[in-house]
Amino acid sequence: MSQNELIRLTDVVKSYNDETVLKSINLYIKDGEFVTLLGPSGCGKTTTLRLIGGFEEPDSGDILFEGKRMNEVPPYKRNINTVFQRYALFPHYNTYDNIAFGLRIKKTPEDEIKKKVGSMLELVNLEGFERRSVSSLSGGQQQRVAIARALVNEPKVLLLDEPLGALDLKLRKEMQVELKRIHDQLEMTFIYVTHDQEEALTMSDTVVVMNRGEILQVGTPVDIYNEPKSAFVADFIGESNIIDGIMLRDREVSFAGKTFECVDSGFGENTPVDVVIRPEDLKLRPVGEGMIDGVVESVVFKGVHYEMMVRAAEFTFMVQSTLYREVGAEVSLRLTPDDIHIMHKS
Amino acid sequence: MKKTILALPYVVWMAIFIIVPLLLVVGYAFTTRTGGFTLDNFSTMLEYTPIFTRSFGLAFTATVICLVIAYPLAYILSQREISHQSLYITLLMLPMWMNFLLRTYAWMSILENKGFINRFLDLIGLPTVTLINTPFAIVLGMVYNYLPFMVLPIYTVMIKIDKRLIEAAQDLGANSATVFRRVLFPLSLPGVLSGITMVFVPGVSTFVISNLLGGGKNMMVGDLIEKQFIGAAYNPYLGSAIALVMMVLIFICMWIVDRFTDDSSQGVIM
Repeated sequence: MSQNELIRLTDVVKSYNDETVLKSINLYIKDGEFVTLLGPSGCGKTTTLRLIGGFEEPDSGDILFEGKRMNEVPPYKRNINTVFQRYALFPHYNTYDNIAFGLRIKKTPEDEIKKKVGSMLELVNLEGFERRSVSSLSGGQQQRVAIARALVNEPKVLLLDEPLGALDLKLRKEMQVELKRIHDQLEMTFIYVTHDQEEALTMSDTVVVMNRGEILQVGTPVDIYNEPKSAFVADFIGESNIIDGIMLRDREVSFAGKTFECVDSGFGENTPVDVVIRPEDLKLRPVGEGMIDGVVESVVFKGVHYEMMVRAAEFTFMVQSTLYREVGAEVSLRLTPDDIHIMHKS
Repeated sequence: MKKTILALPYVVWMAIFIIVPLLLVVGYAFTTRTGGFTLDNFSTMLEYTPIFTRSFGLAFTATVICLVIAYPLAYILSQREISHQSLYITLLMLPMWMNFLLRTYAWMSILENKGFINRFLDLIGLPTVTLINTPFAIVLGMVYNYLPFMVLPIYTVMIKIDKRLIEAAQDLGANSATVFRRVLFPLSLPGVLSGITMVFVPGVSTFVISNLLGGGKNMMVGDLIEKQFIGAAYNPYLGSAIALVMMVLIFICMWIVDRFTDDSSQGVIM
């Protein structure tokens, strides 16, 4: 057990009505970390969060908090607070009373509550909203109240269940920065659940990619993006071209009818593999100067770049480039050994 | 413009069946038998103070008993699996599909001095008890007949309470008792309020239940009003005055209940 480990899940299994949603989850979370559980809906990320929060009990396996087994400890006895999906604010209380809820249960003196709620409102930029009814607040404001209501209890861990899902894009971006700032300021452990890969990459120290009740990869955002361990991770984190290929020998792969040099090894000889190439790694060159010749099939303007589908050999490659090529233009795609990622066939 | 026209049938309906009768009642209440203006109808009413007191007392008791039974029942129902809930609700409603008079007559034959209960007591050698024609019988009749009206509004409000609010409260450190006190109960108050209204108002003005189960000596306001319109004492002027006073009293009761729930829903009762 490492020195600053806070939460550990060992062989955690959970099923609802004979349907296994978590298959033997092993995960540890360090004190003060911003961890994101990332995956498509139904991957088990919310269930994992609910197990940590105490709203569910695992069928088997253990949940340890600071080395102590927590499986059956009810939520109200855990030093953990949650920001719920769509906030779950108490409609019969105003903003102040919502935030004060946890402190009042702990019988905190009213003058101390006043001080703490005040500093929380300041932290989430909601000064002056004390007496407002929560139903009169906008989505972003309700979100801030939900965060303040959880944080005011000074938990060891803050759980966030897709907290920004209901907000519009601009507000979501603002809140991402805000959450990151709050995390850095409080040095608290945040466990964040989302299906938005960009959100995960922006905010996290560690990203846990999940699919179908399993953890596929754990790593820093940079690791996960640059070194995906499977085609699924590669595809889920950003756009990817996934092509059938054959690993001829170490550092040599064949796909799209050609043989390429690459940096991967240890796959054996003549092994079928998935070849993953990021669309921004494919460079457009005049015909003859690249490795794969093809024809532009479609062009979509995406703001910073153009997204082009290029038909080459029997594949269609997605290419992202700031260069514009019209539909029907003949181009050649160029890539370096670093750009080719080899994955075991899943 | 079109919208106004669509509302017209309702306005006509209201005028004919609500406003006009109300004005008639008010008119009658301030009129003598010969047609002159008078307040006598109201001063005469003072003689009947015990009947008013009994009516409000019995209706209040029945309402409280209904609430005590209905609240936990509604809570338990709302926690059942959705697919089972409709079955329980149907079972609860089933007696209401039987004619009201028939149900009350059935209670008569159960409570009578030679009814089911007393015959049973006699059979096992216990002394018989007087049940019929007592305030107890009236309250029993009211609770039996009006209980669904208390359960349904409370149940309807409870199933709509977001389960995540309960989880949020637990998350913030509330045990089951605190969750109930601070979240579940305040949020179910609107249901309790309509439940109270729907039991208390018909309860306080009933005459069938008091007539059949309470006998002559446990007269309620409903019986009193009935006597003014049908029977030897025929006096629609006094009857209207009583009805008017009842209306005002019920209105005041509801206003008090309403104030009470308003306050607590803003977190004063902690």
